[in-house]
Amino acid sequence: MYKINSERNQLVIRKMIDHFSYAMDQHELIADMLCMTVRKEFIRDVLSFLRDDDELQYNFLTTLCGMHYQDKEQLGVVYHLHSFVNNHRIRIKTATDIKQPDIPSITTVWPAANWMEREAYDFFGIQFDGHPDLKRILNVDEMTDFPLRKDFPLEDQTREDKDDSMFGR
Amino acid sequence: MSENKIIKPTISEMPEGVSGPGFFATRLDKAVGLARKFSLWPLPFATSCCGIEFMATMGATYDLARFGSERLSFSPRQSDLLMVMGTIAKKMAPVLRHVYIQMAEPKWVIAVGACASSGGIFDTYSVLQGIDRIIPVDVYVPGCPPRPEQIINGILKIQKLVENESLGRRNSPEYLELMKKYNME
Repeated sequence: MYKINSERNQLVIRKMIDHFSYAMDQHELIADMLCMTVRKEFIRDVLSFLRDDDELQYNFLTTLCGMHYQDKEQLGVVYHLHSFVNNHRIRIKTATDIKQPDIPSITTVWPAANWMEREAYDFFGIQFDGHPDLKRILNVDEMTDFPLRKDFPLEDQTREDKDDSMFGR
Repeated sequence: MSENKIIKPTISEMPEGVSGPGFFATRLDKAVGLARKFSLWPLPFATSCCGIEFMATMGATYDLARFGSERLSFSPRQSDLLMVMGTIAKKMAPVLRHVYIQMAEPKWVIAVGACASSGGIFDTYSVLQGIDRIIPVDVYVPGCPPRPEQIINGILKIQKLVENESLGRRNSPEYLELMKKYNME
């Protein structure tokens, strides 16, 4: 079973403040899991550091996914890291303005991020700078929308059999 | 039950014609229709739970083979009846269209279940809202999923269409107009 290691959380926070005080916006514990918000310009440096540091060794990118904060007009990316060596997980977040949705690609740090970034691009329209082949991965190529953004209508707009006055659509 | 009468169901009536000792004469399209009706080769395009119901329909209990559809064809070039069973994602749509185009005339299409007929509960950006948006459909079978009896009923409806298909229908202006609507030929 996975156990929360709060000493390790403290170690990560201390190291991050030592090395990246200028890049970190905040850190918090969400459901006992350490979550740090990093400014997007430094995301690649932060992740490489977390991977290569001898004490931390977050050598595995569990997942990467996109987010849309409609109220803040921001797009974001969450990175879940796992250290096999220390059996410890942390979460890194970064955000960007929706009008300029570019975030550095981390395919140079973890090649596994390739398809995950394509998915985040496909559904949220996040432009990953430096990605080798940024194109849609799950939706049809002709699609022009980014369907998981919160302003995208939930129902198919081409359906004619649903009467608005009957269903209150 | 007082009477134990064995009822023999009649699946098909004899077409109208002239018969005498040793011969029977009828119209060519009637004879062809009768032959086609009981030798449909279905192509199962099964993508989800309706496909599971179709497996039951082909199994021993319901046994679609009783109606002459014994031989499933997994090559579109050899099949007459395209059975679309299940949700068709928009990404699958060009594949389905291509399968339909590859089938030789005359061909029929049956949309089994709510998803194939209208998109069903999947009213969303990634799902095709009914296969009749990309290919013409002859019979719709409602249900989510439909029971095997309903699928058999749909096949019987298709057989009715096959039986009454006139020889020139596929060259008629109405049919060509329909194909043009779907950007085919």
